[in-house]
Amino acid sequence: MPTLTINDITVQAPEGATLLEAARTAGIHIPTLCHLPGVHAPGACRVCLVEVEGARTLMASCVTPAHDGMRVRTNSPRARNGRRDVVELLLSEHEGDCTTCARSEDCELRAIAREAGVKEVHYQGERRPTRLDHSTKGLVRDTGKCILCRRCVAVCQNVESIGAIAPQERGFGTYVGPAFHAPLSEVTCVQCGQCSLVCPVGAIGERDQVDEVWRALNDPHLHVVVQTAPAIRAALGECFGLPPGSRVTGKMVSALRRLGFGAVFDTDFSADLTIMEEGHELLARLRGALGGGPKHGPLPMFTSCCPAWIQFAEHFAPDMLHNLSTCKSPQQMLGALAKSYYAEKIGKKPEDVFVVSIMPCTAKKFECDRDEMRDSGAKDVDVVLTTRELGRMIREAGIDFTSLPDEVMDAPLGISTGAADIFANSGGVMEAALRTAYEVVTGRPLPSIQLEPVGPMAAGGVHQASIQVNDVVPAWSFLEGQTVTVAVVHGLAHARQLLEDVRAGRRSPHFVEVMTCPGGCIGGGGQPRPTTDEVRQARIRAICEEDASKPLRTSHTNPGVTQLYEEFLGAPLGERSHHLLHTHYHPRCFVAKAPQAQKATPKPCAEARPES
Amino acid sequence: MNTQEVDFTYRLWRHDGAPGELIPLLQSAQEHFGYIPRRAITYISGVTNTPESTIYGVITFYSQFRLQPMGKHRIRLCCGTACHVAGAQTLLDALRDELGVEENGTTEDGVFTLFTVACLGCCSLAPAMMINDETYGSLTPAAARKIIRTIRREENKKAEKEKSVA
Ligand code: SF4
Ligand code: SF4
Ligand code: SF4
Ligand code: FES
Repeated sequence: MPTLTINDITVQAPEGATLLEAARTAGIHIPTLCHLPGVHAPGACRVCLVEVEGARTLMASCVTPAHDGMRVRTNSPRARNGRRDVVELLLSEHEGDCTTCARSEDCELRAIAREAGVKEVHYQGERRPTRLDHSTKGLVRDTGKCILCRRCVAVCQNVESIGAIAPQERGFGTYVGPAFHAPLSEVTCVQCGQCSLVCPVGAIGERDQVDEVWRALNDPHLHVVVQTAPAIRAALGECFGLPPGSRVTGKMVSALRRLGFGAVFDTDFSADLTIMEEGHELLARLRGALGGGPKHGPLPMFTSCCPAWIQFAEHFAPDMLHNLSTCKSPQQMLGALAKSYYAEKIGKKPEDVFVVSIMPCTAKKFECDRDEMRDSGAKDVDVVLTTRELGRMIREAGIDFTSLPDEVMDAPLGISTGAADIFANSGGVMEAALRTAYEVVTGRPLPSIQLEPVGPMAAGGVHQASIQVNDVVPAWSFLEGQTVTVAVVHGLAHARQLLEDVRAGRRSPHFVEVMTCPGGCIGGGGQPRPTTDEVRQARIRAICEEDASKPLRTSHTNPGVTQLYEEFLGAPLGERSHHLLHTHYHPRCFVAKAPQAQKATPKPCAEARPES
Repeated sequence: MNTQEVDFTYRLWRHDGAPGELIPLLQSAQEHFGYIPRRAITYISGVTNTPESTIYGVITFYSQFRLQPMGKHRIRLCCGTACHVAGAQTLLDALRDELGVEENGTTEDGVFTLFTVACLGCCSLAPAMMINDETYGSLTPAAARKIIRTIRREENKKAEKEKSVA
């Protein structure tokens, strides 16, 4: 363990630590910008400069290893002036107006300018050219605000293995964007929004649809209902200064009522419903594969709750689309039910009900716009707002969030169990499905199982587990003595690897949960910023507490769901659910034409696009 | 198959994913096609497992790579010291205007590509340019425009003749 002094304090740094990490262990803060722990440390922005005795120049602390006997100053005039100059230079090129920028509240550049003591920008120069990209449903990009830290590039390439964006051109003309100067909608971007989560400034963000919701709320002909995803309750508080991991379910409900929504529903309800449908689909597939029953789709079955993963599969795994569960995501199930089951109950036509979803996710904005998502006869979900947008909307309405009373969701689409809460965590959908499937098959509760991520997760991960099935009830005798293998993946780079392994036969799980965002939806692209590993851990804990606090913790015990089947749907996988709750997928892949006499077979779905 | 084509396909075929192969691959693609077409980027991306965005970034970073085919006539305008002093900038402006392209650009009809070069080595003729192997010296903007128009007229005639034959 190297021992060094930082600002005359003796510090024992962990082996292999950088100066930045060593300083943090001693409680000394150094600003950073391009550094993204666990994902990338290019040492590019120079915002973290410190003075090292004996070194000719100031050193970037995020990439300089801590050595024995080093004497470091983070606070000397030279270090402070150096950092301030760097920040001033960044500001001199930055084409942004803080007063109107959607990012101003939590902008890292703004915070760093404050920290570095910038009072005036001494450099006058050309501003970065602005290229606006509004081509996708989920995201907007503005290169004028970009400071070229490349965090987004690192996340998109390394964590999600998409590589939709990269630095283009050179020198002052450098900008981050897709190939061919194309808009984001014309490359393989899956709109997960992870880039927007890590961007320190307002250069990538969600498409703001708050005004569309205000308009609907002010339309007397519309009955506007809202649903909230499981992950919102563990994160929304951060928009109002509450510590990460604060559970704000009750306050969120009262805030939504005060905004004027006619009914507050819970995506948890349809998460329970998803488990009923998807759990039965899994059992049917297992029966087909192991029990000699009629074939019901291939194994492994992949979850289908995450629209970014669905788009990924459509781009990169067109050969495996039949392995995706046909279940719609919970948000789309709830939308379809709000405009059929619920609309009937209150005597309204589907087009007179307006469904708003609050999601942790930018890809959900894309999902609700898919052509397949209109099974109620109208667009099943009209507008998706991210957690961040809801935070802004509540503030706009002048609601003092932290002092709100706790209220509860509306029946019938607001009733839920703990199994639905954990959808927000990576591993949660799997656990919820197993709780129900295991109980259906054996009549006993699922033994405890650890599926949510522990430890660092900024780069995603993969987790495999096996469950021994014994003493089954007679109807499921084909499962007697079987070992069911499941895998949980977060981060699409891991999903890509897992797909390769499955294709090559190196792994053969029965059921796979895939979430695009590291940690699952609690770390979604629409969640409050910053979302660091500590924040993810805190939100995961909060979700687990929420689950534990519920009297009912298995989806099939949700009385609202039971009632729905009795009154409306019939049975899981029945005719009506097939129509309203299930969907299909289509390949988005274009295989490149090989130059003639080409021997290498192109990968079936490499990053290929049609010729222009 | 010409040798360049062999080289390009050979390189793609034996590519083993080693980093640093990207630039040689792009160079041989450019030798083969005269520029780097979109399908080559897509293809190289698939073979090397490098995102298209990264490849495009490399292409736009290095000025040696071209994304459009080369025009039939290559204009090389000298911007060396002597020519610069003698007004190469106004010539460049005139050529850009006449052709409707920026430096390194190719006209829509594919007849001209405009380059600037550091020195053509004929400083006594400043300001000078070369079109293919022909050198033109002591130019004025008007003279430069005239040369371009003459070539264009000839090209148009040729094109018409070909059309009437066909
Ligand atoms: S939304 Fe996701 S896939 Fe698209 S550019 Fe951002 S990180 Fe990449
Ligand atoms: S868009 Fe944001 S994350 Fe990406 S390079 Fe620019 S500033 Fe960094
Ligand atoms: S993991 Fe959740 S938040 Fe992230 S893209 Fe998928 S559904 Fe959206
Ligand atoms: S944070 Fe250290 S160089 Fe950017």
